[in-house]
Amino acid sequence: MEAGRALALGQDEALGGGRRSVEAPFGRALARLGESRPDIVGLTADLGKYTDILPFRDAFPDRFFNVGMAEQNLVAVAAGLARTGKVPFATTYGVFATRRAYDFIAIALAHSNLNVKIVAGLPGLTTGYGGTHQAIEDLALMRMIPGLTIIDPCDATEIEAATEAIAEHRGPVYMRLLRGSVPVVFEPGHIFEIGKARRLREGSDVGIISTGFMTERALDAADAFRKQGISVGVLHVPTIKPFDAEAVAEFAGSVGRIVTAENHVVVGGLASLVVETLFDAGIAKTVTRIGLPDRYIECGAVPTLQAKYGLTTEAVIATITALS
Amino acid sequence: MLRNSPPGSADIGALEHKARRLRRHLLTMARGQGQGYIGQGLGIADTLAALYFHELRYDPHNLTWPDRDRFLMSTGHYSIALWAALAEAGIIPVEELTTYGADNSRLEMSTLDTTPGVEMIGGSLGHGLGQGVGQALGLRVDRSDARVFVELSDGEMQEGSTWEAAMSASHFRLDGLVALIDCNGIQADGPVVLDMEPVADKWRAFGWQTFEIDGNDMTAVVGALAGARQRNGKPKAIVLRTLPGKGVPRIESSEKSHFFRIDVAQWDGIIAEFEKGVGAAQ
Repeated sequence: MEAGRALALGQDEALGGGRRSVEAPFGRALARLGESRPDIVGLTADLGKYTDILPFRDAFPDRFFNVGMAEQNLVAVAAGLARTGKVPFATTYGVFATRRAYDFIAIALAHSNLNVKIVAGLPGLTTGYGGTHQAIEDLALMRMIPGLTIIDPCDATEIEAATEAIAEHRGPVYMRLLRGSVPVVFEPGHIFEIGKARRLREGSDVGIISTGFMTERALDAADAFRKQGISVGVLHVPTIKPFDAEAVAEFAGSVGRIVTAENHVVVGGLASLVVETLFDAGIAKTVTRIGLPDRYIECGAVPTLQAKYGLTTEAVIATITALS
Repeated sequence: MLRNSPPGSADIGALEHKARRLRRHLLTMARGQGQGYIGQGLGIADTLAALYFHELRYDPHNLTWPDRDRFLMSTGHYSIALWAALAEAGIIPVEELTTYGADNSRLEMSTLDTTPGVEMIGGSLGHGLGQGVGQALGLRVDRSDARVFVELSDGEMQEGSTWEAAMSASHFRLDGLVALIDCNGIQADGPVVLDMEPVADKWRAFGWQTFEIDGNDMTAVVGALAGARQRNGKPKAIVLRTLPGKGVPRIESSEKSHFFRIDVAQWDGIIAEFEKGVGAAQ
């Protein structure tokens, strides 16, 4: 393993504000699925330990392939496996999947609509290791690929549900991974459906449209505002593509102010999708965009960086407070 | 009905005849559009004849048969040769060949996997070998003895992903994977612009059992393919030294052999030159 990757480990996900957490929800869900789905195979590019896929490897060593530090080959090999009827789950970090293997995801997977699932660690600002490891623009890059499904789950419950859903779905998927001890925001029974947004809080003064772990912040912010008599609605949009434009337009029409919240640059991702959706629907409202600036982020401790760049609950509250 | 199963002894004369038929198709196809990747097609024709009419185990009427041998053409622009081979193999109609490169044709100048018999989208070079590795792993999981043949080119070896795939094939001991490396000495900007020699030594160093032959000598091609049948824990590389434009002296000697475009009238002269060569050989 290269030194840079080692340093990026263990300082992940400053999430969880007092919530219960689950260890390796993705890997455990995949290992469970592997029992009833002999067609599922696992792959990684020297990041098995750090993308939570080892429970699957340990359960099904003959169906697990580590291709070494070679992300183009990771995707090409997954494509070949899919051609023989397998359902490959291939893990690496988001930066490597999207930046290094883009042509392979576009042509080898999406152009042929192959049934491969890319599961990508360190989304957005979940490591303090700097621009080399922070996948701040992966949603934007992946969004441009025709036919690719893109998921940004919020918590451990949703990761497990999404893992099952994408295994069931036929076609290429890019899913962001929260790894290690992942907080539980949603109770068991939370429904995840590819392509569907969920309204998690009703409210009419302000409406937050959020994806990924920013939905946790949005819910906490909404609950704090409620105590002050301000009603804040929350629409959770875990599927970036296909985008639930209908739900977003309906939600946006029902609230006074619109705020988007994403663990991603504010260009090309959720905010851009919401603005496009509102324009198409003829809804003329200002959108306040919470997310990362359009530049590379420095190194540092994750909590410090998330606070600095407005991704904490406190920062979300401050941004919304400043609106009024 | 299964072809080439079990593999019989090779009738070299019959395979050379097939290769001539492929070349004749190629020339007709390129004449239709007045252009095409004819140089590469003529160069690889012998290998495709040996594969489809001697080595590959497949059923032209059941293209998704799980235990078929796979042939992946990574160099999508060689499609002209693949279309000719698929037509001769009875997978697509021979009459369709004249649509090569025309609007709405299934027979594109670069392969798309929507055409029957195509196992991958070629053309973005450096994609094929890794996909071959994946298919070979999938066949192993299924305990199938089917093999995977991947054609790639000397220029394509400049793509780093080719070597990522080469490393993984030997690591996974994929002895049913056969790389057919067409070394024709040309690439888009002219003669090979980055020296790739010694090619065979590179493959050996990556752990591949390697054969180096004249790719336009049918006996040599058939012999190397037979040698590559061994299931000995090593992937196989066959380095094919081919002549772009083989069979048509005017194309063989052309500096434009990467992409050939001439007047329709001149194509008749080219075809006459080919037939004259065929006559002299027989």
